[in-house]
Amino acid sequence: MQLSKIQLGSYIIVAVFIFFCFKLWQLQVMDGDKYRALSESNRLRIVKTPAPRGIIFDRNGTALVKDIPFFSVSISPESLKGLDLYALSKFLGMPENEIAEKLNRKDNSPFIPIKLKQGLSFQEIAHVEAGKSDFPGLFVETDVGREYLFGKTGAHIIGYLGKMTPAQFENPAFRNFPLDALIGQWGVEAVFDEELRGTPGERIIEVDALGRELRLIQQRPSVKGKDITLSIDIDVQKAVETEFHDKAGALVAIKPDTGEILALESLPSFDPNVFSRGVQYQDWLSLLEDKKKPMLNRALQSQYPPGSTFKIITGTAALEEGVIELDKKINCSGGIGYGKWTFGCWKKGGHGPIAFHRAIVESCDTYFYELGRRLGIDRIYKYAMALGLGKETGLNLLIKERRGLIPNTEWKRQQKKLPWYLGETYNAAIGQGYVAVTPIQMAKMIATFSNGGTIYPLSLVKGGSKASGEVGLKPETIQTIKEALAGVVNEPGGTAHAAQSQSIIIGGKTGTAQVIGKQRGVTGEKFMDHAWFVAFAPVDKPEIALSVFVEHGGHGGSAAAPIAKKAIEAYLIKRPAGKTGGPNAASKDPEDSEAGPKEKTQEAQD
Amino acid sequence: MIIKIDRRLSKNFDWITFGLIICLSLIGVITIYSATRPPAGVSGHPDFYSKQIIWLAISIVTLFAIVFFDYKWLFRYAYPLYAIGIFLLIVVLIAGRSGMGAKRWLSIGFFSFQPSEFFRILFVIGFSAYLSGGAHDFREKMSARSVVLFALLPLALLVKQPDLGTAILMVALFIVLSVSKGVSKKVISVVLIIGLVSVPFLGHIVWEGLKDYQKNRLVAFMDPDVDPSGIGYHINQSKISIGSGGILGKGYLKGTQGPLRFLPEKHTDFIFAVYAEETGFAGSFILLCIYLLLFLRGLDTAYRAKDEFGRLMAVGITAMFFVYFCVNIGMTLSLMPVVGVPLPFVSYGGTALLSNFIAAGILINIRTRRFELFYPS
Repeated sequence: MQLSKIQLGSYIIVAVFIFFCFKLWQLQVMDGDKYRALSESNRLRIVKTPAPRGIIFDRNGTALVKDIPFFSVSISPESLKGLDLYALSKFLGMPENEIAEKLNRKDNSPFIPIKLKQGLSFQEIAHVEAGKSDFPGLFVETDVGREYLFGKTGAHIIGYLGKMTPAQFENPAFRNFPLDALIGQWGVEAVFDEELRGTPGERIIEVDALGRELRLIQQRPSVKGKDITLSIDIDVQKAVETEFHDKAGALVAIKPDTGEILALESLPSFDPNVFSRGVQYQDWLSLLEDKKKPMLNRALQSQYPPGSTFKIITGTAALEEGVIELDKKINCSGGIGYGKWTFGCWKKGGHGPIAFHRAIVESCDTYFYELGRRLGIDRIYKYAMALGLGKETGLNLLIKERRGLIPNTEWKRQQKKLPWYLGETYNAAIGQGYVAVTPIQMAKMIATFSNGGTIYPLSLVKGGSKASGEVGLKPETIQTIKEALAGVVNEPGGTAHAAQSQSIIIGGKTGTAQVIGKQRGVTGEKFMDHAWFVAFAPVDKPEIALSVFVEHGGHGGSAAAPIAKKAIEAYLIKRPAGKTGGPNAASKDPEDSEAGPKEKTQEAQD
Repeated sequence: MIIKIDRRLSKNFDWITFGLIICLSLIGVITIYSATRPPAGVSGHPDFYSKQIIWLAISIVTLFAIVFFDYKWLFRYAYPLYAIGIFLLIVVLIAGRSGMGAKRWLSIGFFSFQPSEFFRILFVIGFSAYLSGGAHDFREKMSARSVVLFALLPLALLVKQPDLGTAILMVALFIVLSVSKGVSKKVISVVLIIGLVSVPFLGHIVWEGLKDYQKNRLVAFMDPDVDPSGIGYHINQSKISIGSGGILGKGYLKGTQGPLRFLPEKHTDFIFAVYAEETGFAGSFILLCIYLLLFLRGLDTAYRAKDEFGRLMAVGITAMFFVYFCVNIGMTLSLMPVVGVPLPFVSYGGTALLSNFIAAGILINIRTRRFELFYPS
C-alpha cells in the first residue's frame, strides 16, 4: 500500500471535517437565533387566561349581568393523529365537515387547543367528561361568559356578548381577536366593549414534547374589565314591561336635569342569554327575520306621527310668537272648513268657545288648527327643531337611529317640488300628516321642555353629561304649558286621567297616530291607531320625563298613559305601586281621533 | 522477558490515540448525563450515565488486555474468528430478540449484546488477513468464493436483520480495504453496485422491500417539513437543537430539547445534537477536531505499521470510525437519512463502546509494535 493512498484518505477526512464545520457554522452561527427561537417556542406554551368582564350595574347598584363560566369542548392539536372523525362527530353531535373545517383552519397554532363546540350545557359537559377517554386530547375548556340576570328586560340597552359575526371577522378592527372570541355585540356590551373586556392574563408554561405542562415559568394575572354603572333603573324597566300587555312599543324615560336615560324599553324584546350560550349565526338570523322584529329597537328605529303630543310644540310656538292671548277663546264647532273640506275636531259636537289651557287639557283640534293657521308651518318647524325633533338624538347604541321628519315649506319645495298648503299646516299643527318622530325624540323633547329648555346630551352612564345648549323659551311659556299638561292628567275632562297618581302630580299629553290606510268601520288590531303619551313628574320640579309609544295601542289616554304612570311611580316612589284601583274613566274618553280624511285633503290640494 | 516486553510496551504505547478516545468517552458520559436528566421539577435521574461509566471501565481494561498480546495472534486466528462472527449473525437471525422493528439483539443470560457490533471488527480482521495472505495477485482477480464469503454473505445477513447501519459500514469497509490492497477495479465495482442496490433493497422490489420505518425515514429525509410532528420531526428537532446552541451554547445542563423529549434517541443516535445545543459551535468544533486527530492518527498508524496485515487493519478500523462518524453527524445535520448509527465512543451503548475500544486497542497494538521485527509464524 502506497503513501499516496493514505494521503488520499487523509484528504477525504479533512474535506469531510471542513464540510461539517461549514454546516455547523451555518446552523449555529448564521441561523442560531432562528433555531433558538424555534427551540423556545417548542418548550414554552403561552396560555391566555380569560379576564373577568366588567359588571354592568343599574343606577341603584343592582348588578344586571353576572360572569359565568362558558364551556367549550376543545382538542389539543398534538392529538389529531389517528383521530376518528366519524366517531367524534357522532359523539359531539356535530357534522363531520364542520369539525374538519375547524381542525384544518390555516391559522390554527400547533400548540393552542382548537375549540370544537362552544357554549356547552351542563348536560353536554357531563356527556363529554364521561366519554372523552375515547378521544385523547379532548377536554372541556372554560372561558368567561355572561348571564343576563333580567333576561328580556332592558335587553336592548344591556345588549349581549356573542361570537363574532362573519362581517366582523372580515373587519380589520377585529383582527386581534381569536376566531372564537366572545365580543359585545349589542347595546352597552358593544358600546363599552373595550372598557368591559379587561386584559387577558398570560401563563408561560414549560411543556415537554407530549404537551405535558411541567412548570410555570412566568405569569401575568388577568385584569378584570371596568365595571360600568348605567343611568337606567332596572326597577322602572321591570315595572313597565308587563304594562304593554304583549303589544309592541317603546318607552324612553330621561332624567330632565342631566340627560341620563332612566329607562329604555323596546318590545317585543329578546333574551340575551340565548346569545351568551353560544347562539349560532343562523339563530341570530332567524331572530332578525322574526316578523315581530324583536331586534328592532323601536325607541330609536321606528318613527310615527306624534299625534296630539305635538300640540306641545304648536302651543309653545304660539305663545312664543304671541299669536294668541291666553284668555282669548276660539269657538270650536266641531271642525274647521277649508275649501270644500272640513278638518274635524275629535269631539263631534265641538268644544264651543275654548281658551288655551282647556284646549290643551281637552286636546281641542279646532283650536290648534287655528293656531297653526296663524303661525304658518315654518314657525312650527322652528320650535319643533329647537326642541330636538326631526334629527337624531345622538344616543350611542351602535345602531342606525331614525331622524323622523318635521316638514316646512323649503322641504316641501325640495322634496315634492310643490308649494306648501294651508291644509297641511292644519295637519302638522296636531301632529299628523308629514310629521314623524321617534319615541326617544319625544322623550328628549319633553325632558328639555320640562327642565325649562336646557338641552342635555343623552347618556347611558350614571351622572349624565353637561348641558349642551338652551332652547331659549320664555319661562311664562313653559309655566303656562306645564300647568296645562298637569291639567291633562289631573283636571276633569283631561284626556289622560289614566295617568293620574294619588301621590305624584304628573303632567303629560296624549296622542294618537293614525294608521295609514285605515278606513271608517274597519276594525282589527292591525288597523288600530298607535298610542302616544309624553309625561313628566313631579310637575313643579320634574325628576323624570318620558315618552310611551304603543303600536296599535288605540288611544294614547287609555293605552299609553297607564304605562307612563307606572314608570313614574316605580321611579319616584321606589316600590312597586301595584295595581292602581283609580277610576279608569279616561279610557272611555274618546280623545283626539282622526282629524278628517287627510289623504283626501291632500288630493284636494293637488 | 515479560519485564522486557512491558518496558517496551509502555515506552511505545500510543498514548495519543488512547487519550483521544478517553476524551471522547468522557464527553460521552457527561453528555449522556445531561441528555437523560429529567426535566425541572421531575425527580429521578435514569442510570444511563453510570452504566456507561461501568462499561467504560470494562472497555479500558479490555483495551489494555488487547494491547498486551501481539496482534500476530489475530492473524493466526483470523479465519476462525471470522467464522464465529458469521455464526453469530446467523444465530441472531434465528434466536435474536426483536426491538424497534429489527432483530439485532442476542441474550445470554442477563447479558444481551448486538453481535453485529463485534462482527464488524471480526470482519476487519478476517478480510485484512485474507488480503495480506500474499497468495494471489488481487490486481487481476479475486476468487468468487471470497467475494461471496467476505461481501455478499455478511451483507445478506445484515440486511435481513435489518441492520442498515452495519450493512453500509460493511460495504464501505470492503471497498476501502480492497482499494488499499489494490484489488481489481472490476471486483470493487461489482461489490459497490451490489451494495448500493442491496443495502436498502436487498432481494426485494425497490420500495416494498423496505420496512415501514425505513420508508418513513426516507420520505422524511426528502422533505422534513411534510409533517413536522411526525416522521420529519426527528430531523427538524435535531436541527433545532444544534442550531439553537448558537456560538457558545446554552450551557451544560441548560439544553431544553433533550430533557423535554423534543429530541428523540437523545442519548444514543442524536447525542451530538444534545452536545451541540449545550456547547454551541465552539464545543462542536472541538469535538470535530478530536475526531479529526483520531482519524489522521489512525492513518498514520497504518502508514507506520510494520506489516501489511497491521496496515490493512489500521485502515479498516480508522475507516470504520470514520464511516460511523460521517453517517451519524450527517444524520443529525439532516444531510442524510436517519440511519440508526451511534457516534463512536460518545453515544450511549455498552456493546458499541466495548467493541470500539477493542478496535482502538488493535489500532494502538499496531502502533505500539511498529518497531518489532516481523518473525515468521
